Amino acid sequence: MAVAEAPAAESVQPAPPRTGVAIRAKGLTKKYGEFTAVDKLDLAVNHGEIYGLLGPNGAGKTTTILMLLGLSEPTAGTARVLDVDPARNPTGVKRQVGYMPDNVGFYSGLTGRQNLRYTARLNRIPKDVAEPRIDGLLARVGIADAGDKKVDTYSRGMRQRLGLADVLVKEPSIIILDEPTTAIDPAGVDEVLALVRQLADEGAAILLASHLLHQVQQVCDRVGIFVSGKLVASGTTDKLAAQAGAGPIQIEIIAAPPLDQVRQAVLKVTGVTNVDIDTRDKHMLVVTANRDVRADLARALVEAGHPPYHLRRRGDELDEIYRRYFVANDTAGAMS
Amino acid sequence: MTGQADAIPAARRRKRKNLRAQGPDAPRTQKAAVADATDSGPRFRAGWRIIAAKEFADHVGSWRFAILTIVLALAGAAAVYTTAGAIKDLAPAASGNESIFLLLFAPGQSINNVPPFTSFITFLGPLLGIAFGFDAINGERSEATLPRLLAQPIYRDDVVNGKFVAGLSAIALILATVMFVVSALGVIQLGILPGAQDILRLLVWFILTVAYIGFWLAFALLCSVALRRAATSAMLALGVWLVLSVFFGLIVGVVANFVSPVDPDATAQSTDTIANLTLQDNLSRLSPNELYTEATSIMLNPRLRTVTPDLVTSDQATGTVPGLMSLEQSMLVIWPQFVTIIAGTMIAFGVAYVSFMRQEVRA
Repeated sequence: MAVAEAPAAESVQPAPPRTGVAIRAKGLTKKYGEFTAVDKLDLAVNHGEIYGLLGPNGAGKTTTILMLLGLSEPTAGTARVLDVDPARNPTGVKRQVGYMPDNVGFYSGLTGRQNLRYTARLNRIPKDVAEPRIDGLLARVGIADAGDKKVDTYSRGMRQRLGLADVLVKEPSIIILDEPTTAIDPAGVDEVLALVRQLADEGAAILLASHLLHQVQQVCDRVGIFVSGKLVASGTTDKLAAQAGAGPIQIEIIAAPPLDQVRQAVLKVTGVTNVDIDTRDKHMLVVTANRDVRADLARALVEAGHPPYHLRRRGDELDEIYRRYFVANDTAGAMS
Repeated sequence: MTGQADAIPAARRRKRKNLRAQGPDAPRTQKAAVADATDSGPRFRAGWRIIAAKEFADHVGSWRFAILTIVLALAGAAAVYTTAGAIKDLAPAASGNESIFLLLFAPGQSINNVPPFTSFITFLGPLLGIAFGFDAINGERSEATLPRLLAQPIYRDDVVNGKFVAGLSAIALILATVMFVVSALGVIQLGILPGAQDILRLLVWFILTVAYIGFWLAFALLCSVALRRAATSAMLALGVWLVLSVFFGLIVGVVANFVSPVDPDATAQSTDTIANLTLQDNLSRLSPNELYTEATSIMLNPRLRTVTPDLVTSDQATGTVPGLMSLEQSMLVIWPQFVTIIAGTMIAFGVAYVSFMRQEVRA
């Protein structure tokens, strides 16, 4: 395949530089027959950064990850993980990358601790190093009490936590998490994301793939919106929000009746292009404006004697992107 | 397109060469030093050994291991107990006869309707292979542990190699246990100790048996790679086992009679009959069971000189002096069977290996 012959590809990287680019993909493409799962993906993830690869199910996120790990061969394009080509030296990559697959599984007949021990052995971590590390990790992910119970007694949330511990056993400098929050309850999600943040602050590069945009956007430094194998938008959440916010926006208003007078007051505000009654809530108006007119609306309504009880911008920031890209393309996805 | 990234043989060969070149005293390249630092162990342990160790521990602690050991040991004990009783009755006549101990294992016929020990092994051995192989790979898939396992710094073939070695070790352990139990029982019953020749023959037979069961292990492994569900894989493996061990003889008979029919008036020595029997023999050798049965009969019975006694005409038999074959002579007779069984095992494993390497990590 089209991979450059690089003499360094065989070598194992010395103590990785904790700054700079950790993962880089150039024109990465994967085709299954006629179907293109990943289409010319360009991507760079830095150390100390959380990059959210966000997209609906079937967008090609997992395929991308498998190529970065050398578990699947790209049809075209190249990937470099810590300057190692995963297609040529997958073990060199896997030594330094912790990967938690979607729907992470464990040997159900073994205890959580035994599962982690096996991972430690596969990474050739000596016993005297591995044991205290495993103890620490079980505590860190919040399942210290369940460490010696068999995994088949675990809930899905506990498995996911064990999955995080499993990733950390090898003390990776790059962490790739595929849907890390799907099975965890809301309180658990916050804990997990806080842990992920902590790891990034310690210098790890983190690639976080998820379709749960709302859950993960808060923790990501940068996000890429990945739909049908293509990266349709990439950048900081602020930048993307600005992009998304450029068009007309919608604002919900519920104010002291009568509705007619409220409507008149709203229409006087400059920038407002249209006012409609909401389809579901008859007391709510939906204002379309070509800029963010919320402050002006509030002032105008108070002055007109109709103080607003509810004033909310619809589709704030990434929500707008979500609607624009995800929902429209959700039906198009085939691979998961 | 089909080959997997971590299956690149060239890269692997280079890596292996590196490892080999770096003996304890070999000058350390920078690369090696880095590798050592990362592995932080005194010695780099091959991935397949780690996997084999874990799988073997799983096998030995499993219910199927306990059940199979007990079933085989009971069957073997029953067979040897009956055989020993029969031998004891003949003991005065048989005194001075060498290799009586081997008769315990292979008396050559059923005694009081209890088949000989070797027949039990021929029949039940494949079950042992299937039991330790049918869910090797698809089990990892259904538990969703395969992606996690492959994301560790091991080669992909380490998984299938390690599982095969672990299965083979478990089989060897069960077989050795059963043989010791059965031998001990025989010694107690018969009061004879096996001679050096007997022990050597049993040792060769042990290796032969592990290879034979290894064929079924490799076949079950192949099923577990090719079929997503463990139940389907077990059904297929068991189906093939049943056909080869129960119905194959019937099928062979029908085919041979069709291809090379025998005149009803023909004598046992006629060319018709001999052609028919030869064809039957050759066809049935397509089954590993038949090859193994032939090899076993020679290896455990030094009186036998050929694997096809039914094809020895009275002319040929006239004037032969009864005596015992040496181990080398016996091995010479069964060498084709031996090699074919090992070749079959290697082919089955090779196909399993290649198809696993080509599979996508995800279903």
